[in-house]
Amino acid sequence: MAAVRSMSRLLSQRSINQVLRRGYADEMNFTFAAGNKVFYNASTVKQVDVPSFSGAFGILPKHVPTLAVLKPGVVTVFENDGAVKKIFVSSGTVTINDDSSVQIIAEEAAALEELDSAAAKDTLNKAMSQLSSATSDKEKAEATIAVEVAEAIVKAIE
Amino acid sequence: MLGRAGNFAFLFAQNVSSIQPQHRGMATLKSISLRLKSVKNIQKITQSMKMVSAAKYARAERDLAQARPVGSGAKIFYEQAEVKPLEATPEKLYVAITSDRGLCGAVHTNVVRKLRILLEQPGAEHIKVVCVGDKSKAILQRKYGNNIILSVNEVGRLPPTFQDAARLATAILQSGYEFSYGEIIYNRFKSVVSYSTSNIPIYSLPTVQAAPKLSIYDSLDDEIIQSYLEFSLSALLYYAMKENACSEQSSRMTAMDNASKNAGEMIDKLTLTFNRTRQAVITRELIEIISGASAL
Repeated sequence: MAAVRSMSRLLSQRSINQVLRRGYADEMNFTFAAGNKVFYNASTVKQVDVPSFSGAFGILPKHVPTLAVLKPGVVTVFENDGAVKKIFVSSGTVTINDDSSVQIIAEEAAALEELDSAAAKDTLNKAMSQLSSATSDKEKAEATIAVEVAEAIVKAIE
Repeated sequence: MLGRAGNFAFLFAQNVSSIQPQHRGMATLKSISLRLKSVKNIQKITQSMKMVSAAKYARAERDLAQARPVGSGAKIFYEQAEVKPLEATPEKLYVAITSDRGLCGAVHTNVVRKLRILLEQPGAEHIKVVCVGDKSKAILQRKYGNNIILSVNEVGRLPPTFQDAARLATAILQSGYEFSYGEIIYNRFKSVVSYSTSNIPIYSLPTVQAAPKLSIYDSLDDEIIQSYLEFSLSALLYYAMKENACSEQSSRMTAMDNASKNAGEMIDKLTLTFNRTRQAVITRELIEIISGASAL
């Protein structure tokens, strides 16, 4: 293993992938793209935990193929080197295909450390007041979503 | 459009011919210098437009690098599940991605041309069109106005955002048009000098449900697929709008560069004619003076 690693350091990025691919047959091809930023593009990771409307679940390599709709919350990515990255998503989709590739497409996403808790609480309060002053059904629905997202952000930062 | 331009040209020609016979030498000299000035002004405009679109292009390209995984990620499911258009429901939806602004080469025309070929084939009554940007609407409205169900403007002034795409997707879904298969037609950016007009397939819920490989996907119900499709439609629209915006800016840059070059050539030619004419006027005046003096 150490030999593979020291060797792979000498090789280009592409050959690293090839070496690893030979080593682990059951790896995950992970793409995480949001409207504002791309977090992972076809990179390999160990595990991904996602919040979805049908319940939060973890994705390991060779997960059964499925589709899910993301709900506001934190996506946790366990990278191959052991690093854990937490990313907040507002909404989006998860696709798990039978070739073990996983795509998360989010509307907007940000790493947790980039979020400001004061600003989040402020947004929550604004959304609350918007909800209480909403009159039509559409406005109410929109405000409810805003409250949900703001609550999820505040909860994620804590 | 052409007819109107023709009328103007006719009026203009009339005006010129009524002035010209009176003071021939001076008027020509003056008209050349006027023309020279206007060409120079046009060159200034095209040059600054080029600079503006170069700056916008740099930003669009940076954005595009971020948007590409969104588009390719959203497309993978359709490919993996081998979704195919249903034969039983021929209703199709085409989304033409253009913008409000012209002077950018054939970017908009290429999208519209692709659509027009489809609309001229038999079975066009099953095709509905969504025009994104005023340009596609302006070209298609006269002949294919019945096929347009929705048009959106105020596209192209600012870079497209995910909100724009989401709003457009909502409008398409709320239009009440039941399609089984659709395409987003846009210009895929390749490099500063080239783009290709491409399409992304989009599908509706019944079509996806009939896909042969959908059964391998676990624990799906209609609601999840419906929400999934709605979100992926906006992701695909976002991606297509980003690609198209980048192609448009790069193409406008090239077009304005060419226009500036052509204006430069015209300026050279006009300057030469201007100098020649001025010389001719001086020579004629000299001849008049000399021959007048020698006659005394």
